[in-house]
Amino acid sequence: MSALAPLGVLAELPLAVSFEAFTAGNFWAGVAVLAGIYALVALGLQLNVGFTGIINFGQAGFMAIGGYTMAILVLEAGLSFWLALPAAMLITMAFGLLVGLPSLRLRADYFAIVTIAMAEVVRLVAQNARGLTGGNEGLFCNTEGVNQVCYDDTWLDIEDSILGFLENFSSDPEILLPLLFVVWATVLLATVGLSFIQRTPWGRVLRAVREDEDAARALGKNTLLYKLQSLAISALLGALAGFFLALFLATIHPVDYEPLVTFFAYGVLVLGGLANYWGVAIGSLILWTLLEATRFIELPISDERQAALRFAIVGLVLILLMAFRPQGIFGKREEMVLGD
Amino acid sequence: MEGAELTATPGYSPRERILEWANRRPASAAGGILALIFLILVASKGLHDVAQTGLNGLTLGSIYALGAVGLTLVYGILKLVNFAHGDFLTFGAYMAYLVNVTWGMPLVVAVFWAMAATALLGVFFERLMWGPMRAKRAGLLQLLLMAIGLAFLLRSTIQWFWGTEIRTLDVNVTDSVTFLGLRIGQTELIVVVVGIAVMLAVGSILRFSLLGKRMRALADDLDLAETAGIDTRRVILYTWLFAGALAGLAGVLSGALTNLRPELGFELLLPIFAAVVLGGVGDAFGALLAGLVLGVVIEWSTLFVDARWKVTVGFVALIIALIIRPQGIFGKAKAI
Repeated sequence: MSALAPLGVLAELPLAVSFEAFTAGNFWAGVAVLAGIYALVALGLQLNVGFTGIINFGQAGFMAIGGYTMAILVLEAGLSFWLALPAAMLITMAFGLLVGLPSLRLRADYFAIVTIAMAEVVRLVAQNARGLTGGNEGLFCNTEGVNQVCYDDTWLDIEDSILGFLENFSSDPEILLPLLFVVWATVLLATVGLSFIQRTPWGRVLRAVREDEDAARALGKNTLLYKLQSLAISALLGALAGFFLALFLATIHPVDYEPLVTFFAYGVLVLGGLANYWGVAIGSLILWTLLEATRFIELPISDERQAALRFAIVGLVLILLMAFRPQGIFGKREEMVLGD
Repeated sequence: MEGAELTATPGYSPRERILEWANRRPASAAGGILALIFLILVASKGLHDVAQTGLNGLTLGSIYALGAVGLTLVYGILKLVNFAHGDFLTFGAYMAYLVNVTWGMPLVVAVFWAMAATALLGVFFERLMWGPMRAKRAGLLQLLLMAIGLAFLLRSTIQWFWGTEIRTLDVNVTDSVTFLGLRIGQTELIVVVVGIAVMLAVGSILRFSLLGKRMRALADDLDLAETAGIDTRRVILYTWLFAGALAGLAGVLSGALTNLRPELGFELLLPIFAAVVLGGVGDAFGALLAGLVLGVVIEWSTLFVDARWKVTVGFVALIIALIIRPQGIFGKAKAI
């Protein structure tokens, strides 16, 4: 595999799969894991943007809170992994409510700005509150005690048992397969769950809020409450994506949660199409295949330029889709309230 | 915002009376709060430190203010939340680098070249994207995501040609000037002087010229302005020229103060948004003033918290401003 030369410059880890020490099979497994993580992020956006009509630009912040809270609870508070997960989910949802309560009353564009500022504040706190988050060095293991404790210890055990099970079928299963299965099982569950609640009366109210908030209010619906619930569920999905990203990268760094992550997820969202949950996973797979395939084109360009090319692709996807096919691949034009 | 009128009934407490006054005279209230903060700061930290950080704040604030004017005009007139505005700043900075360092010409030439190039960039994308999209009656989300896409495209183009390494303009960063016991670097001084001079010029153009009046008419109601016989196409073009040139200038000044990297503009974008919101969207004056105030307040905050938190202070200011007063300090509630 001469095309698989190790990449030196990979500052933007969550935006690309590292080539180092990867076989081709594992490389594509990594791409699929990343696609699954972004599908989860974009599912939350779909609920917010596609079905509630609120433009949430803060998903990266929710991911950071999820990932960091889980790791801090395990490393500092000594909680078990299984307790830390739900606790981190609840904390992220509570944070979503806290952010949404004052800001969801605002106009759509102001809400977008508040949420992106919120996500940046979260990232900067992660970067600067060094005592808690390890600052730019990030979080991984706690070596102070007698035994070294890492936040992904429990996960590694699970991974080993899944790999052991897989050895029944294949002599040498790829190391990333367990994470791949768990991530995509979560994506599937979330997609089915969201599609289901979308058909309930609750989901219909969300759509009413999207179409005409004043009309929904005139019918006696507390629209703020519905928007808050929508945001909280989205925050929950963000937290899940944050866990998986932390497990995938095996470290947690502030740079993994830059606003770029949210914008890449918007690329996934509009590619799959607005107001369609099943389109999200497909959009994510298409976008990530597109992005990672650029590595296999033998271009005489440096790594920096290759990284630039990925940004350009996402930028072009956003511009061209919004200009010529704003409903994306699977979206419904009449379901899209992109106005006002 | 109906609550504001209801409190004006007789028999209300002093607290309500102050709130009502603050609502009616927001600029005075903001000035009062700022003066109060200044006095408390002087009392607790001494005049010298407060003046010194305030001076640093003016340098930072000049960049915010110049960046914010263009963003607020485009936001107010075209209802476009231009997330690519930060990358206009980056573009300007690298254009100056091209002339100043690669071609070895003086910085003054580089500044004018950067302003012209960024202004043309703004017009180019207006013709290519924003004009046609407005004709299609594109919605908010469509325009937002296109702006983000454009931001990515500009940034990646810059990264393609200049890479991610940190570059510096050919400026004097060591010499400094001392007056009244305050120290200011030579480059910082130039930034403040140029910034404030340009701000005054821009302010008077927008306030007193017919173009400024037409811009305000467009910001009020684009269709109505067109019906009234204003050549909206032309005014929009001038708006982009203005926005681009000032963004280019802000980018060069920021690059001269620190250094050049592809993220330069994006990192400045949120504080610039804060200035836009604080000043009231569409209000160029408000943006200028708010940019300066924000710069000063951020630098003042370093008297109390470690300097690494100062970016966070700017973002928190943005969030609080949007939540308690989304129409800006000087804006009217009905504009929201």
